[in-house]
Amino acid sequence: MDLYEHQARELFEEHGILVPRAEVTDSPKEAREIARRLGGRVVVKAQVKTGGRGKAGGVKIAADPAAAEITARQILGMDIKGHTVGKIMLAQPVNIETEFYVSYVLDRAAGGFLAIASAEGGMEIEEVAATRPEAVARIPIDPAEGVTSAKAGEIAEAAGLPPQTVDVLVRLWEVLVREDALLVEVNPLVRTEQGQILALDGKVTLDDNARFRQARWGAEGVEHDDALEAAAAAKGLNYVKLDGEVGIIGNGAGLVMSTLDVVAGCGARPANFLDIGGGASAQIMADGLSVILSDPAVKSVFVNVFGGITACDAVADGIVQALDSVQLTKPLVVRLDGNNAARGRAILDGRAHPLVQQATTMDGAALRAAQLASATA
Amino acid sequence: MAIYLTKESKVLVQGMTGGEGMKHTRRMLAAGTNVVGGVNPRKAGRTVDFDDRAVPVFGSVADGMRATGADATVVFVPPAFAKAAVVEAADAGIGLAVVITEGIPVHDAVAFTSYAKSKSTRVIGPNCPGLITPGQSNAGIIPADITKPGRIGLVSKSGTLTYQLMYELRDIGFSTCVGIGGDPVIGTTHIDCLAAFQDDPDTELIVLIGEIGGDAEERAAAYIRDHVTKPVVGYIAGFTAPEGKTMGHAGAIVSGSSGTAAAKKEALEAVGVGVGSTPTETARLVLDRLGVEA
Repeated sequence: MDLYEHQARELFEEHGILVPRAEVTDSPKEAREIARRLGGRVVVKAQVKTGGRGKAGGVKIAADPAAAEITARQILGMDIKGHTVGKIMLAQPVNIETEFYVSYVLDRAAGGFLAIASAEGGMEIEEVAATRPEAVARIPIDPAEGVTSAKAGEIAEAAGLPPQTVDVLVRLWEVLVREDALLVEVNPLVRTEQGQILALDGKVTLDDNARFRQARWGAEGVEHDDALEAAAAAKGLNYVKLDGEVGIIGNGAGLVMSTLDVVAGCGARPANFLDIGGGASAQIMADGLSVILSDPAVKSVFVNVFGGITACDAVADGIVQALDSVQLTKPLVVRLDGNNAARGRAILDGRAHPLVQQATTMDGAALRAAQLASATA
Repeated sequence: MAIYLTKESKVLVQGMTGGEGMKHTRRMLAAGTNVVGGVNPRKAGRTVDFDDRAVPVFGSVADGMRATGADATVVFVPPAFAKAAVVEAADAGIGLAVVITEGIPVHDAVAFTSYAKSKSTRVIGPNCPGLITPGQSNAGIIPADITKPGRIGLVSKSGTLTYQLMYELRDIGFSTCVGIGGDPVIGTTHIDCLAAFQDDPDTELIVLIGEIGGDAEERAAAYIRDHVTKPVVGYIAGFTAPEGKTMGHAGAIVSGSSGTAAAKKEALEAVGVGVGSTPTETARLVLDRLGVEA
């Protein structure tokens, strides 16, 4: 889960990293009050979980509280790369002398975390990394030792950062470890004209797997831009909305991804990703079907199940029970393969639902579902 | 001979007395796995009956190893306790730890995989279906009855895609199938398995299944080019999957490539790996390479 900038700022502050004074609001009137409290002149920053915010006009300076209210009105509700701005952060401006870049990020290949730092921070860091990789230091962190002062000194020296950043580097590592973050990034980390080191903007990605021990983030901040995704999440389904017309249900993330590909290969577009896992019980099948059938874009549904641990006859029983509780409104193509496939197919044949068809192969079933989707389009 | 797991393997199950542990221990025993004990400090000294076999429960991995000569463990304990379980197994000096548990925090996976490496314990997983050497032993949750022993080695990030290919190629059969898991941090990689299959006289051809994210498949391609002389057939899932969450600047900087399915397919094909566009086509490519009529 990605945090908003203001949440990242709050975490940094809690861990003793200097940040600009700032407050968050969703109201232009309150923005005016906040600006007054912060001394008049403020930076108004859209709170969205995407990059390129500044270039999109989501970050503006307001000279006084009245201007802050006007700017807030402009930015709130703005669309930035598909994200609607619901909140803004107003922050005290900072006199920047130099901008740096620092982050800790998971390096999957190495199976550990990596410090990335550069003396050339700011909006163009990606370009710096691409054109002059020598200007960006990458230092692997030993998981058993973490970032000690000595290690932080090594990072700062490799990147050409001033010695005052060592303390920030150590504290940022604490943020990463204590909050179970997969990414902690400060860009820019600045030295002010007064010589202070300040985290001006930050990005933190938390590990969803660690929620059980990170109660404060709980369900807060989990948001679904899409109503269907929200409905699916409420039922505990692993569902992602896509742009197509063939609804997909399968067991196992890899098989479902493969199913999307095979459907796309047949010239149709998948309407969703839905992994019902190994169990494939009647309840999960019914919940999955009801979410997919409520998607107006869906023209046909493809249920692709490989019976491994859960044999196909049990899966077929689940589908039959689901058909009793869910009103099927669109054609359903079922492919059952694996353990007890013949018995499973016989159970579905026995149900003889007019909208249900079976196919014995994944490729054949995908083609059928694609044809049905285009026929009813 | 197979890789990592044979009929000689003596297997402990950490978390055997839990629901999943019980269910899958029964299945492992039915598949011929030599399960020599369970581990649960609160139930040490008891035995658990699985049909015709009574399996003892030990208080620790070390106790279980001393009593039985166990050389492998399968971990079913809940996510919050998985790190301690693997560290305990590594401290006891076990050779192989197969971590089935799903939903382990990444910081824990980083800690236990690197710790296990320092103790020379091979970790497979986490969040994986385990591995099977058909006809000999099954360590994990892979259905044992969908294929038979044979000459194909398989390594995969995905569970159900593994089963799909095992089933499609059941007439040829498999030396060993390893589900390495799709988590960001895993103990055993595609490359580790490629190296082991290359050295395994029972393996004639290697199937490599990958999916979007990271650059493990690209690195596997480079490894194949330099080190693998056996034929390799690949399959990549996720060409139409939604774009993953961006990891900000740092993610883009680290991976160097975008981790797309297309990039992975291209990298594999560039080193002579046939890549199927569907699981079924992948199976056909395997038959072609082996010179078997479909």
